[in-house]
Amino acid sequence: MLGLFIAQVLNGLLDGTYYLLIALGLSLIFSLGGIINLAHGAFFAIGAYLALVITPYAGFFGALILVPLIVAGLGMLTERLLFTRFYRIDPLYSLLLTFGLAMVIEQGLRWIFGASPQSYNMPDVLRGQVFLGDFIYSRYRIFLIAVAALAVAGLWVLLNRTSFGRIVRAGVQNPEIVGALGISLRPYLSVVAGIAIGLAGLAGVLLSPIYTVHPAMGAEIITLAFVVVVIGGLGSFWGVIIAAVLVGLTKGVLVAVGLSSWSTAAIYLLMFLVLLVRPRGLLGERILRFE
Amino acid sequence: MTTENTTRRGFLRTGAAGVALGVAAPAYLRAQAAPLKIGHLTPTTGFLGPLGEYAQMGIKLAVEHVNANGGAGGRQIELIMEDSVNPQTASTKAERMFERDQVEMIIGEISSASCLTISQVAARYGKCFINTGGNSDSLRGQDCNRYMFHVETQNSMYVNAEGEFFRSQDMVDGKNWYTMTADYAFGHDLLSAAKAFLDANGGVLVGDDLVPTDATDFSSYLLKIRQAQPDVVALNLAGTQITNFLKQYGEFGLDFTLGGFGFDTVSAWAAGAQNFSGTWPNVWNHLVPNDASQAFVQAFTDAYGKPPENQAWGDYNAGLIMARAVAEAGDAGGDTLVAYLESDEAQFDLMKNRKGYFRPSDHQLIQEIYAITALPAGEAQNQWDIFTTSEPLPGADQPLETLAQSVTGGTCTL
Repeated sequence: MLGLFIAQVLNGLLDGTYYLLIALGLSLIFSLGGIINLAHGAFFAIGAYLALVITPYAGFFGALILVPLIVAGLGMLTERLLFTRFYRIDPLYSLLLTFGLAMVIEQGLRWIFGASPQSYNMPDVLRGQVFLGDFIYSRYRIFLIAVAALAVAGLWVLLNRTSFGRIVRAGVQNPEIVGALGISLRPYLSVVAGIAIGLAGLAGVLLSPIYTVHPAMGAEIITLAFVVVVIGGLGSFWGVIIAAVLVGLTKGVLVAVGLSSWSTAAIYLLMFLVLLVRPRGLLGERILRFE
Repeated sequence: MTTENTTRRGFLRTGAAGVALGVAAPAYLRAQAAPLKIGHLTPTTGFLGPLGEYAQMGIKLAVEHVNANGGAGGRQIELIMEDSVNPQTASTKAERMFERDQVEMIIGEISSASCLTISQVAARYGKCFINTGGNSDSLRGQDCNRYMFHVETQNSMYVNAEGEFFRSQDMVDGKNWYTMTADYAFGHDLLSAAKAFLDANGGVLVGDDLVPTDATDFSSYLLKIRQAQPDVVALNLAGTQITNFLKQYGEFGLDFTLGGFGFDTVSAWAAGAQNFSGTWPNVWNHLVPNDASQAFVQAFTDAYGKPPENQAWGDYNAGLIMARAVAEAGDAGGDTLVAYLESDEAQFDLMKNRKGYFRPSDHQLIQEIYAITALPAGEAQNQWDIFTTSEPLPGADQPLETLAQSVTGGTCTL
């Protein structure tokens, strides 16, 4: 019984990874441009559908590389055409914009591919299970977690160890000073939106072999991703990671002890408690211009 | 009826639908009769959207076939279709259809909650509502209604059919069952019917997990099931949750006998041949081997480029049934239709071995249903034919009402 409990805790820890890629992107777009991207889940769905289209030609691993790049391109385009008009005005407008965009994308997918869910399989090499003593785990999920961890590590290096990252972080705190130094933030905003939305696309490819590919899949995942961002604290890299782990753990443990019907409610309760004690989230930074 | 046509036009020319149902009328009637307006409501967005899409395809094809064969008692059908969205919107739209569009009846729905609100509006206007997709037992029990008829089979009948199948495999008496139940009315309904069946037949329920409706990941549950080592894992889930579960069940390498009490073919197709496993109940499927079914499959495939799902069967047949009812009863008034549908002559060809009829006590269409069993992954020839269908249930030697004998959901007083 103890073995099972430990297995559940481990699984819960890993479970958080699935929202992590989406939550990190959400947090990134918000902290730099102040835009709450409700269409983030829709880009996740685009990623999954693109995987469906590209896999027959390039295989799963080809799709794993191509799809995030294409989705990132779409993200940069979206930033250029739409987001730029909303950086300086009330966030309510960008909420409406991205909410509308999410619906347009979802209906677009329904229009092109039909409402019926599509079948998508994992590659044969990743099929099967791994046994670690009493703990059984899917080989595919270990691969998924490894890819996600790699992407997150890459993002961390980019933001913390490169000149690109230094300007982005300075832009988050004080865009005026960055401007005064003669650096235009606009290309940085585009690239950051591209990376953030590309991560959602990557999540789309990674999750389509184990979830159902259907037009509303983005709406399905976005709420939980938001909860993760809110718990972790908007703009905080590590906060989002800790929150993702906490959310996965809460779910896993409640299922393990037989309270599965509470597993979703408990996550919102967790958010409520965190906000009660720390209104900015666990590691939320004080961002002057949003105060 | 035997039709060997391979094109839709050919199908229409032979008038397969018309011959089967006798809705054709003399030409002089056709010229003067006012069109018969039928409202169709079903969710086309949200988690039931995939089924709703098939429902709309089914009813459109039915109307096309009926009209091409002279209409319903000489009246051409005019179809008004809308997305029912949710119970409140469904009620508003039903009201508008009766009031503004002057429809004679409403066909459709998948959500049992929306069925309830539409049926209340229909009763107020004294018009018929034909439920083609709501499974809830209480719609046929405590919430039943004089003007509501059910082409869709009810939960208890599915449970009894699936249970009978497992009993014939010796998987019930003294066997351990583990169930996963969607945490809303539909799942709870199935669970209570499943418990009743297990109790009556000596099955042991060793575990049941309630699954929140927005859960997409089942890894925690799968670890528990693996620990419990049950003989049978049975799902009381719906829609994409079934598909997600099927994909992850294979992913975690579990191989306990799998089945479920509620099912739609679209979930199997979405899981794909690689992941689909187990045995599942089904009101009808595209592999039912008789001429009428295969003619329908052919006509549907010609029209839409893919075989019909069980939901398409429901709305197509509801369309044909009501067209014939109007023709036979001579009028589309609610009370006239109720009297006809409750009568002994109202026996319908449902593309199955035996004809079906609406049970007068609760308006449930009593009919044969099926169980489908997944083919081993390597044996599927294409993306659609990934399972085999059982013989009709109940078997030919048993009365048609066998599966509808013990049902939950309260008592119906019409």
